[in-house]
Amino acid sequence: MNPIPFSALIVLGTALLSWPLGRYMKWAMDPDLSRNPAANRFDQLFHRFGGRFCVTQQNWKQYVISMLLFNVFMFSVSFGLMAFQQRLPLNPDGKGPINIDCIFNTAASFMTNTNLQHYSGEVSMSYLSQLGALMWLQFVSAATGIAALAAMARGLSGRKQMGNFFLDLQRATFLVLLPIAIVVASLMVFGGMPMTFLGAAKATTLEGVSQTIARGPVAAFLTIKQLGTNGGGFFGPNCAHPFENPTFWTNILASVSIILIPMACVWMFGRIIGRMRHSAVVFAVMFVFLLGKITGAVWFEQAPTQAFDRLPIEQTVGNLEGKELRFGTAAGPLWAALTTCTSNGSVNAMHDSLNPMTGLMAMIGMWLNTTFGGVGVGMINMFLYVVLAVFLAGMMVGRTPEIFGRQIEAREVKLAVIALFAHAFFVLAPTGLFAAIPAWGARTLNNPGPHGFSEMLYEFSSANANNGSGFEGLGDNTVPWNIATGVVMMLARFIPIILPLAIAGSLAIKRKTAQSAGTLGVEDGTFGVMLFGTILFFGALTFFPVAALGPIAEHLQFMR
Amino acid sequence: MRSIIASIRLVIVTMLICVVGYTAFIWGVARAFAPESAQGSLVKSADGKIVGSALIAQKFAQPRYFWPRPSAVDYKADAAGGSNKSPTSPELIDRAKTIIAQYDASPANPLPPELAAASGGGLDPHITEHAAFYQASRVAKARGLSQAQVEAIIREHAFALGGFFTSDRLVNVLDLNLALDALNGLK
Repeated sequence: MNPIPFSALIVLGTALLSWPLGRYMKWAMDPDLSRNPAANRFDQLFHRFGGRFCVTQQNWKQYVISMLLFNVFMFSVSFGLMAFQQRLPLNPDGKGPINIDCIFNTAASFMTNTNLQHYSGEVSMSYLSQLGALMWLQFVSAATGIAALAAMARGLSGRKQMGNFFLDLQRATFLVLLPIAIVVASLMVFGGMPMTFLGAAKATTLEGVSQTIARGPVAAFLTIKQLGTNGGGFFGPNCAHPFENPTFWTNILASVSIILIPMACVWMFGRIIGRMRHSAVVFAVMFVFLLGKITGAVWFEQAPTQAFDRLPIEQTVGNLEGKELRFGTAAGPLWAALTTCTSNGSVNAMHDSLNPMTGLMAMIGMWLNTTFGGVGVGMINMFLYVVLAVFLAGMMVGRTPEIFGRQIEAREVKLAVIALFAHAFFVLAPTGLFAAIPAWGARTLNNPGPHGFSEMLYEFSSANANNGSGFEGLGDNTVPWNIATGVVMMLARFIPIILPLAIAGSLAIKRKTAQSAGTLGVEDGTFGVMLFGTILFFGALTFFPVAALGPIAEHLQFMR
Repeated sequence: MRSIIASIRLVIVTMLICVVGYTAFIWGVARAFAPESAQGSLVKSADGKIVGSALIAQKFAQPRYFWPRPSAVDYKADAAGGSNKSPTSPELIDRAKTIIAQYDASPANPLPPELAAASGGGLDPHITEHAAFYQASRVAKARGLSQAQVEAIIREHAFALGGFFTSDRLVNVLDLNLALDALNGLK
């Protein structure tokens, strides 16, 4: 099948599915309790689970503090489980202790919904660590993102009380993530994915050599990692491993799962603030960016493996290094675009072995990090660009900028710009630092020249976008890498959640101004173009220089 | 203080439901409906010994067997991985030259590309039907079979990867080699 319509079919199909899901998510996350007896009953159950504190309404500061507190627990509990895995049950293959800096990195990584992995699952982790520490965080970190979006939306709809974090977390976990995960995981089991607590199988091959086949409870783990834009693999090579993605069909199901909830979050946001036309404009802008990156990736990956040029090797199909045959030719670049546009970060082909410009498409996805983005947080990031676009548009025509009937003033613009510049800073500054110190950077590389620089750039882009994919040739299980990316992941997670919530909190207490003919709308095509341009210029101005040093330099130097 | 208690309660509740309950349920579904693949699609010989997994490539280097795609981890199924080399890397040229010598490929008889390119996980169990035909004469000679016999087995085991929707045809290497061994055993 031709790769372009194949990709378009998957993306369009998922976009259609996201509409009813967005409706359901509004029902679950922000129920109108007087007209929703079922959600009312669920809320009562959640009050019983979480205690009386779940009933309290919180303003934006209280909401943020509760969120941070629960994240401290997420970090500590998973840290403890991994640190003592050698003494705990569910360890049939006798996995030993993990070094402490790697545990720090891993706990930070899964708490922040990043799932950057400096270990290899089947080598290092017991089944208890995989399920109790990592899969648990995959549920609750995704739920944290959805909860934060719901809270921000409530603030923007003019409510000073943004809800209750502990209640929202349960709604997102039990009403949104869990039911979808059960359905998808069952389908994955039917698709041939392992789901067992037995240890590795010992086989004697036809040629008489022994082969140890690692396996485990893969289907449960894999499903939530896709749905919650987590992306951490049960096995080292992630979804390129046959057990994590056995067939053409599981690959399609996983591709859909990657973008489904991020898309639905846009609609949920629109329903909570009561402005579906605004959501439609935002959705369209995101969709155009997504299609652009998919087309670029599929296009550039059609070039055959450059190293095989002039050798007696057929050059009829695209680059196959690091790819699996069972997914078909378009599946690798399509997935590479999807997984980096959302902050998922699972891979079904080795990104280090993508053609240079395909690798750039993946990096652009992470640099923008808003073209659907992570569950909940993608839409939150986009809101920062919306604020900026409204401000710029207001400046251009000389009017006071306002959004959803409330004026945007210096404080809101300052907060938005700080968040956006933090995003740029935490990619560029540490990449520069590691490039300057050979013991930290250069000696850990797997490829020479500009591609080596791309490996470092990709790693920090991924940590900063809370993505989690990598140019995995990088020898990143070292103390400097573990600590630096761990810190970057946490800053890059919480700054772009806290500041937008602060903006929403500050807008919520402003007096609503009447809409007039002079008001700049955020619900029409003109604004869509403005938003598109803001994202494009901000991204291009910030990241073009490093792109030129890495992937573009490699492309110009080697590709013919 | 009250929020600390709420956090602890939520840790316990989410652990119980999402880790214990969810995992147990999916495990139950797997046990009831897909017991074989749930344990890793293991393949057993006639006398019950495990010879591998239908989803996992194993090393074949003898001329009498079809060879799988190259593996950056030497087919280690407990430490999988790709080469992570850039497609422009000079190391890939050296690796390809070794492989070309093994297959005795030449400009007149160029190698199918997946036989020179390492798979993502190093455990890709498939090659294309085309790459199997490419190896048919070597296998036939080593086994004393006619080329037509070997090609018939390839055709029998090839499948379209996405069924009706796709035209590319793949074969599972272990599958194919088991069929060859069975054929030789019958003679």
